[in-house]
Amino acid sequence: MFLFEPLQYSFMLRGLAAAAMVGVVCAVIGSFVVLRGMAFFGDALAHAILPGVAVAYLVGGSSGPLFWGAMAAAVATALGIGAITRGGRLREDTAIGVIFAGAFALGIALISAIRSYSVDLAHILFGNILAITNYDLLLIGGFGLLVLIAIAALYKELVVISFDPIHAATLRLPAEPLRYLLLVLVAVTVVVSLQTIGAGLMTAMIITPAATASLLARRLSRMILIAAVIGAASGVVGLYISYYVSVASGAAIVLVATACFIAVWASVQIRQRRRA
Amino acid sequence: MPSALSLTDISAAYSGKRALDSVTFMISRGERAAIVGPNGAGKSTLFKVIVGLMPHLTGDVMVHGHSHHAGDCPSIGYVPQREEVDWNFPVTVMDVALMGRVKEIGWLRRPAKSDREAAREALAQVGLTDLASRPIGDLSGGQQQRVFIARALTQRADVLLLDEPFGGVDVEAQSAIFGILDDLRQRNVTVLISTHDLEMATTRFDRLLLLNRTLYADGPADSALTPERLAAAYGGRLTFWRDGQPMTVTADDCCP
Repeated sequence: MFLFEPLQYSFMLRGLAAAAMVGVVCAVIGSFVVLRGMAFFGDALAHAILPGVAVAYLVGGSSGPLFWGAMAAAVATALGIGAITRGGRLREDTAIGVIFAGAFALGIALISAIRSYSVDLAHILFGNILAITNYDLLLIGGFGLLVLIAIAALYKELVVISFDPIHAATLRLPAEPLRYLLLVLVAVTVVVSLQTIGAGLMTAMIITPAATASLLARRLSRMILIAAVIGAASGVVGLYISYYVSVASGAAIVLVATACFIAVWASVQIRQRRRA
Repeated sequence: MPSALSLTDISAAYSGKRALDSVTFMISRGERAAIVGPNGAGKSTLFKVIVGLMPHLTGDVMVHGHSHHAGDCPSIGYVPQREEVDWNFPVTVMDVALMGRVKEIGWLRRPAKSDREAAREALAQVGLTDLASRPIGDLSGGQQQRVFIARALTQRADVLLLDEPFGGVDVEAQSAIFGILDDLRQRNVTVLISTHDLEMATTRFDRLLLLNRTLYADGPADSALTPERLAAAYGGRLTFWRDGQPMTVTADDCCP
């Protein structure tokens, strides 16, 4: 049957599990990214992990410790951007632009030194969801859960520093450590999603479900819930579409999320016009 | 008894440019003071220094005798300027009121019944009980200001800073806010407001501070603003109303 046919393949089962988990984690952290206007940061981070991945490739080959290389690069970049934007000498988007492009170039330079350059680069940029192993699933699930637990545990503090940093200061909340934590959580999310969605389309997975939910919800807890559902659904539906239409899975997932956004945005517009 | 809020020789700079220069003043418990001055005079900067969000180059800020950097410093309530708030942020009126208690609730905990009770009580005090579950963005400007005052109440702050609370707020809403401030005075809450409305500042406050990077005047509201001091602070022509009479001040050295 239409729905069950792909499920006979274990690579599809693993892919679907990865897509759903990545959809949820991206959407949850994405809600904070959207509210704090950090979209560019997420995009930058996704590209800036390239050198870490490249070094891991060079050291261990394509079955090497890619995940850990990416993780090291992502966390280092997140902390670096955090430190540069702290002093206020440079505008935040300028600082991010400089680091992001530089790191991306370094990554391409390193990867281009490897023989199977174009295939490997394509996998990093656009994901390789059907090659996900059980071990990968374990990493995605473990680190994804870690991100969700951190957000749940520090939820009210993260809301305050995002909504009103001056109030956070009057309460003596450790705003800077919390800001860095959020950057690191975005970094972890990017790495967790790398193989499923790829560096090139990462921002969409973080931003689009959360942006869609922000049009529908007037409370943050609800916005996060809706975003998570949209994220997971986009992942699963997108992978099915890519199976039957044979288009790149990352692109299919992102297109489903984008279609969701457009549909919701249009219906909100129509409803507002009717009311007016 | 130490004063509620005391600043000694406060200087601060934004990327090398001096924003505050040796500002010194003290406000007693329960006093209601207004900071006036032209745009860009450093009023918001001064508030950010007081709450500890912006570093100061020299001097000290003391709240009830405690340095504002110390852990045991009593907390300060802060009502932000309208422009500084993202009114589309998905929080309800109740959520914002509860934000005053985030520190008391403590890490890794959710608001308890007593916290919700305190928030409900604070909302009742500012007359917003009926709007508790509405998104903050749905409220009028005056109501939004009152939500933030409620947040300061749940915080049990006894020093309250309000940054331009009357911008874009109609007269009726203004008097509602003053009604609440009168209640606060009964409870010895010290209030410091920044405003560019000189007429209101001279008529509705105990104390006036005239700021333009440094203090040009500090005294009782009815006598602090002399024409000379105003001219010095504003550096140009300025007309405002006092006792129903227009009062025009002209500076000698035109123009900034």
